Amino acid sequence: MATKIVMAQLSPTMEEGKLLEWKVAEGDTIEASDLLAEIETDKANMDIEALGGGVVLKILVQAGATVPVGALIGIIGEEGEDISSLLAEAEAAASGTPVEAEPVESAPVVEEPVVPPAPPATPAVAPEPVAPTPGVELPHSHAGESAVTGTVKASPVARRMADEAGLLVSDISGSGPGGRVIKRDVEAAISAGVSAPAPAKSTAAAPAQAAQTVPAGPPRLVDETLEPSQMRKAIARRLVTSIGPVPHFFLTIEVDMGRILELRKAMNGRLETGKIGVNDILVKVTAEALARHPEINASWQDDTIRRHGSVDIGIAVAIEDGLITPVVRGADRKGLLQIAAEASELVGRAREKRLLPEEYQGATFSVSNLGMFDIDQFTAIINPPEAAILAVGSTSEKAVVVDGEITVRQRMRVTMSCDHRVIDGASGARFLQTFKAMIENPLELVL
Amino acid sequence: MAEKLDILVIGAGPAGYVCAIRAAQLGLNTGCVEASTYEGGMGGTCLNWGCIPAKALLESASLVQNLKAHGEEMGVRAENVVYDMSAAVDRSRFISEKLTGGIRFLFKKNKVEVFEGRGRVTGPGTVEVTPEEGDPYLVEAANIVVATGAAMMSFPGFEIDGDKVIGSREALALRNLPERMVVVGGGYVGVEFADVFSAFGVDVTVVEMLDTLVPVSDPEVGKTLARSFKKRGMTIKTGTKVVSLDREASPMVLTVESKKGQETIETDILLMAVGRKPVTEGLGLEALGVEMDGPWIKINEWCESSAPGVYAIGDVAGQPMLAHKGSHEGIVAAERIAGVAHHPMRYDNIPSVGYCHPEVASIGLTEDEAKEAGHEIKVGKYPLTSHGRALTAGHNEGFVKIIADARYGEILGVHMIGYNVSELIGEVGMARALESTVEEIAAHAHAHPSMAEAVMEAALATMDRAIHI
Repeated sequence: MATKIVMAQLSPTMEEGKLLEWKVAEGDTIEASDLLAEIETDKANMDIEALGGGVVLKILVQAGATVPVGALIGIIGEEGEDISSLLAEAEAAASGTPVEAEPVESAPVVEEPVVPPAPPATPAVAPEPVAPTPGVELPHSHAGESAVTGTVKASPVARRMADEAGLLVSDISGSGPGGRVIKRDVEAAISAGVSAPAPAKSTAAAPAQAAQTVPAGPPRLVDETLEPSQMRKAIARRLVTSIGPVPHFFLTIEVDMGRILELRKAMNGRLETGKIGVNDILVKVTAEALARHPEINASWQDDTIRRHGSVDIGIAVAIEDGLITPVVRGADRKGLLQIAAEASELVGRAREKRLLPEEYQGATFSVSNLGMFDIDQFTAIINPPEAAILAVGSTSEKAVVVDGEITVRQRMRVTMSCDHRVIDGASGARFLQTFKAMIENPLELVL
Repeated sequence: MAEKLDILVIGAGPAGYVCAIRAAQLGLNTGCVEASTYEGGMGGTCLNWGCIPAKALLESASLVQNLKAHGEEMGVRAENVVYDMSAAVDRSRFISEKLTGGIRFLFKKNKVEVFEGRGRVTGPGTVEVTPEEGDPYLVEAANIVVATGAAMMSFPGFEIDGDKVIGSREALALRNLPERMVVVGGGYVGVEFADVFSAFGVDVTVVEMLDTLVPVSDPEVGKTLARSFKKRGMTIKTGTKVVSLDREASPMVLTVESKKGQETIETDILLMAVGRKPVTEGLGLEALGVEMDGPWIKINEWCESSAPGVYAIGDVAGQPMLAHKGSHEGIVAAERIAGVAHHPMRYDNIPSVGYCHPEVASIGLTEDEAKEAGHEIKVGKYPLTSHGRALTAGHNEGFVKIIADARYGEILGVHMIGYNVSELIGEVGMARALESTVEEIAAHAHAHPSMAEAVMEAALATMDRAIHI
């Protein structure tokens, strides 16, 4: 019984995939979970695995080609099986529908059985199904989440259960139509005890990374949903009509980096392996400041303000053709060494496009650093549903006046983009004051 | 022998014919075996001797009942109203034939091959068809779908003789009305017939073993229905079982027993509405190793039986034995076989409806079931007493009751009784299918004046926000 290998949807926003390399050749005998091919998606390079065994009868898309999600790229079956009808179908599809084909909105099905598991005793002669969508029920990848609007398809019951349980529907894989998060998904997430994203079922090639360990003990913050005041609702309503769905405003502050650089030097001098980077310190300081200002570690969600129980910092990493934000979770409760180790590992794999979806989704705040490009100061675009992002400029020597005298100091400018529905000028400013105080007097970190 | 089929459906009732049409739509080479002389014939029990003709008679009953109860106050004074049960039966037969003819047309249009006769599975993928005349022959198919339905049931001492002790089939063709009738069984079938014959002037007694009528619904529904029936002059005996029947006596004498002891009821006709038993005998299923679940064929949520390549749908495949459940199973099975199935059966979300007057409709858990399942619940009950649309219709008895989860607002169950509630159950069924909460129902502007507003009010009532209570 022939099965199709189709271009799977390996990330929520993926519409097409580039076939980087076949790991099998026509005629190869394969078993379930063998690697079939490496695919470049819009987010990462991932592998497609075989769901069942058989012989690779046909490879339809050669390495280097880009095809839409759902397209037939190969056929697995039994030796000598007649696949002419499938081939005709593939040809028809290829000539009939160019790359414009609708992205398959259903499961990221890797293989699509041509006939259902038919009994061996009754050789199925069912004709090829006129299957617009695959018949196999597989968990969907991250709930049809739109990167642009941050909306997540979820049933009302699922949303309320998730809210009560302190989970974000965006962190839960949806198994309903089109990746909709439904009740059973939330129940599964609750019983699995996850508040971090549920592991996506995609078959990424990355080495299985152990989930980040967050230090034991009670979290410092709690997940909570606040009913905004009427004034806040009015602010939310009016400002989006002015600047777009996420009304940004920007706060810039200049901080003195002298002490923190000294501290870093001292620490690195004591370290035998691994180094702490400036960015690691910024992540730590940001996380600590967020823990002290939970109103910033929040999201505007469905006309409520969602405060997050975990401080999960996204680190913007430039990669070829774009950027991605791996997430250091529970950063406020991690030490600098742990942050540095995790960040370096995540950033490394991000550059190789080897991140799993759960490793780059679900941050509560992001840090973007262009200091290495000598950018003095810039504004970053908020990645919804986060409410803010910190844009970090370069550290450079500047003449500043201290106690009435002009001296040369190491200065750095950071600009925070804020979602005005959640954050006001004053609350954003207080956060930045805390940030500045900790950078300029690192002892604050331990207070 | 014809070429091998992809799918052969045994039975052309509401489960089987829908399955066959869906399979053919999906490009499968499809056949359907139907014995036209059997209880069902094309269209099965539903179209021939069940839902459809019963609803036709109920409309006649409704017309009569409206004239009797509301004609004068509504400005329609009817004098010398003549009941012509024979004409009512003729009309119901005409509708039935029109619809069964429609299935033949749909089969032809979709190129479903019809095999007239009785089907018996003789081996994996092989069905022997025995026509009424001529020799049996074999049909081969990769997949076999058993949709043989269910037949009227009775018990010892109360065997259906078709004359004085009748079943639903005879009741649907009862042209000469008796003076007195006892309906045994107060489920949907029983209360519908009680409604029809009472409206046409028969002195009706309903005997139900359980504590309320329509016992699958929330007990409040059954109690309200009993009250309404009693007001119309029927005798309702719940918590009562039949003990014996003297059919030689004229009139017959029925002995029943309740907590209060035994009593006898004189009656001309006894209508047995005590359920239906699945038809599995003589199908050859044992040889294939098809596992059973009581009298039913055991299936999974994709309608697959334990035997490879054998599916079962409809009344033969388990409860609830309702036409729409069977039709839906037919679609699921066909799509499963074609490899395009999206959604499995959700047996917890099958509505059940009784078309008696007032109508009754239920979906999901009852209040007690919800509590037993460990839910903390909020009940929203909206009476129709002062409901605008119900009042204008002249039918303001009944209510809509929504049982919601207190924490999440999930709609756990909905039970209603009243004017046209059969058309209201679809909204809440859809809401449940989409996992809507009571909040979504309440937030939707329902048309005014409509019965559907009662659903909205009941949803509001679960949140203590009903406007019109």
